[in-house]
Amino acid sequence: MDLIKQLINGIQVGSIYALVALGYTMVYGIVKLINFAHGDFIMVGGYVALTVIPVLVSAGLSPWLCIIVAILFCALLGMATERVAYKPLRGAPKISVLITAIGVSLFLQNLFMLIFSPNPKPFPNFLDYPPLALGENFQISFVTLLTILLSLIIMVGLQFFIQKTKMGKSMRAVSEDPGAAQLMGINVNRTISVTFAIGSGLAAVASVLYCSAYPLVEPTMGSVLGLRAFIAAVFGGIGMIPGAMVGGLLMGVVESLTKAYISSQMSDAVVYGILILVLLVKPTGLFGKNVREKV
Amino acid sequence: MSCVLKATDLGVSFGGLKAVEGFEIEIGENQLMGLIGPNGAGKTTVFNLLTGVYQPTQGDIQVDGKSILGKKPYEISQCGISRTFQNIRLFKQMSVLDNIKVAYNQNMKYSLAGGIFRLGGYWREEAQVEEKAHQLLEIFHMDHLADHVAENLPYGQQRKLEIARALAAQPKVLLLDEPAAGMNPTETQELMETIATIREKFNISILLIEHDMGLVMGICERIVVLDYGKILAAGTPDEIANNSKVITAYLGQQEEAAC
Amino acid sequence: MNSSQQKKQKIFSWAVNLGAVILLYAVLLFLIGNGTLKRYEQGILMTICINIILAVSLNLTTGFLGQLALGHAGFMSVGAYTAALFSKSIPMADGPLKFLAALLLGGLMAAVFGILIGVPALRLKGDYLAIITLGLGEIIRVVIENLKFTGGAQGLRSIPKLAKLPMVFWITVCIVAVLFALIRSRHGRAIIAIREDEIAAEASGIHTTYYKIMAFTFAAFLAGIAGGIYAHYLGILGASTFDFNRSIEIVVIVVLGGMGSFTGSILAAVVLTLLPEALQRFSDYRMLLYSIALIGMMIFKPSGLLGTYEFSLTRLLRRIASPFTGRYSSGEGKREKLRQTEEAKG
Repeated sequence: MDLIKQLINGIQVGSIYALVALGYTMVYGIVKLINFAHGDFIMVGGYVALTVIPVLVSAGLSPWLCIIVAILFCALLGMATERVAYKPLRGAPKISVLITAIGVSLFLQNLFMLIFSPNPKPFPNFLDYPPLALGENFQISFVTLLTILLSLIIMVGLQFFIQKTKMGKSMRAVSEDPGAAQLMGINVNRTISVTFAIGSGLAAVASVLYCSAYPLVEPTMGSVLGLRAFIAAVFGGIGMIPGAMVGGLLMGVVESLTKAYISSQMSDAVVYGILILVLLVKPTGLFGKNVREKV
Repeated sequence: MSCVLKATDLGVSFGGLKAVEGFEIEIGENQLMGLIGPNGAGKTTVFNLLTGVYQPTQGDIQVDGKSILGKKPYEISQCGISRTFQNIRLFKQMSVLDNIKVAYNQNMKYSLAGGIFRLGGYWREEAQVEEKAHQLLEIFHMDHLADHVAENLPYGQQRKLEIARALAAQPKVLLLDEPAAGMNPTETQELMETIATIREKFNISILLIEHDMGLVMGICERIVVLDYGKILAAGTPDEIANNSKVITAYLGQQEEAAC
Repeated sequence: MNSSQQKKQKIFSWAVNLGAVILLYAVLLFLIGNGTLKRYEQGILMTICINIILAVSLNLTTGFLGQLALGHAGFMSVGAYTAALFSKSIPMADGPLKFLAALLLGGLMAAVFGILIGVPALRLKGDYLAIITLGLGEIIRVVIENLKFTGGAQGLRSIPKLAKLPMVFWITVCIVAVLFALIRSRHGRAIIAIREDEIAAEASGIHTTYYKIMAFTFAAFLAGIAGGIYAHYLGILGASTFDFNRSIEIVVIVVLGGMGSFTGSILAAVVLTLLPEALQRFSDYRMLLYSIALIGMMIFKPSGLLGTYEFSLTRLLRRIASPFTGRYSSGEGKREKLRQTEEAKG
């Protein structure tokens, strides 16, 4: 019974990782950039929700709307980041782009430390619904259920969007070859903006779900969560959307089992250990394709 | 004539696709050989196999009768095969002279500590290499450019520098991948002369990939034609020029040509 | 130019630089002697030295070898803990000898970790290498935090404060000199060639794997020494000091100074250590300013302050002297060369 509990726990965290990993993977797929700031978008989403909930409640609106506000804010932030920091560096050496991304991440963290102080703030529990009881002493909390279901719906929806819609096809085309896509009449800049918007929006959803489950918001929360999700994305094969989902879920389960049965302090080391193992055995991840450098 | 470089039944496949199959070549001492074929025929892949960039999935490669199979590119360079690249790969931010010196590295002996503390023949070897590098550049009429950054050189000079760098590795066989690509007729003419000169001066064998038929027919003693990863024909320039299979591969079948 | 001429020129340039360093040292001793530099100021100078060593060593991997590594603080912590544990447990009179032995040991242990990490990690490139070094750096931190003999989360206390400024000054000078000598030898050329084009370097007979691991390990060794100095300067150690952010701070110094310029790293290390001290009122904004500087630098001058340019005292002296000797100053020489290139192109 305990094992099942841990598994469900793992799937819950894993769903959140998967949502964040999707953002990493989509952005990497399209501009070949590891968006180090992506984790910090989660943190921003958390603070936005935190700020907006009292306002919504006092206006007599449902606190659920905070998800929408967070999504909109993060999507705009994602697009703005791309415009200001990443777009000028398209075609620049990888090392410069990576350093810029690290710079953006540091910027967001320190900006929010200044605005909200470095201390963690409690997150209001607006998802306070009764848990779902399955049997005598076994129940699943509402947040867990919501997290798993919502993530599932989002992932299926995203897969549909990428495969079937015109914008989805543009994204795939740009990720294959931006130059050729442009010649085919695809607005590359707009496609990249939309990708960043969707990725950051997903981070906002993940953020609200995460903060509801672990009700604390702090400026550095993004780097830890982001790093794990990133590892999940690499695990699944960065740039591969199904990879991010599977990688996220696996990562969550592994982490939760390590914490329960091995050592909670060492769970970080185990997670990084997995990353290193994956990178060494198959750097392109579970679903990744091998790409040779052309000589 | 002894055989310097020999490949037998060489082949490689990428995930089921046979990029090169049953490739055979024998390059004798001081021989100049051409490798031609339509786009995508596998010419550069052959170079990558010979220089260890790709590991062949079948066949054998021998230099002076010794197999070099399984060796890393740097070891193969030390065994005596040197190459240039289709899209020039220079050490762009280094000076012309340093580009050459890098290739001399494999024949320098002083150790890491020697390099740091300027001991163990550091001064002697550095001076020797400096002089050799200048001499080499002299042959290419590039000595006045020695201190320039490689990136700033005009295109034709960059191609020449790449050949000079390949020679600095003191090869027995030099592999040139489309050395005349992007050059105008005058530059191509000049290049042909340079190739002839270095072959004589350094007494080396050359294998040349080229699209410029004039260049290949003009200077090569033997030509190998590759199509769809397989050898279509091999022989002297005259034989190749009159080979019906080659003509078909390049110009299409006669029936089609008739319509 | 023949060998002896070249040698003479180089010896002249060494003499100039050595003279300048001795002058700097004399000024330092004088200022300490007359009490201008008190403990606080000496502490800042010590931090500058530590940051210089960290930055020039990381520059070897990131600037010259061209491999972005994000785990430098990990090597620093290995060196710091090894050196500290050594000098805490060895019954040897406190003094320069013990200090040097501790540093050497710390450096060697960091180098061992450098090899252990470098061999697998350097098979990867670019983003992946950055991530894997980041991960390994964090693992080192987590493990140190959870081990008994490293003091766990509490860290180590009462480490003998053996680091004295004059000694650290000369250690820094030696390390910078060694790196300059290395990069101007055949090994240095090989390292730079790998940055420029790995495939071409390999095809030119450069054993790229060897040189990558060598440079990486050497940088780890130096970071270990820096860590040892740090431990014996502060007297206490905590694993959380050596986290991802510490690694990033070193990267910032290297990037702002110029990837591929040791003098750039030195300049940036001095400026970025002094600046926060000078702007202590704004210390909350320090990291914010760093991040903006980092992004701005990448967008407007990706090569950093000095790029790959090395400041040279000898060249400066020659330029000052040139109006009197009537010889070409190097600046004119360069312009002349540029003109020739333009002509050759045209």
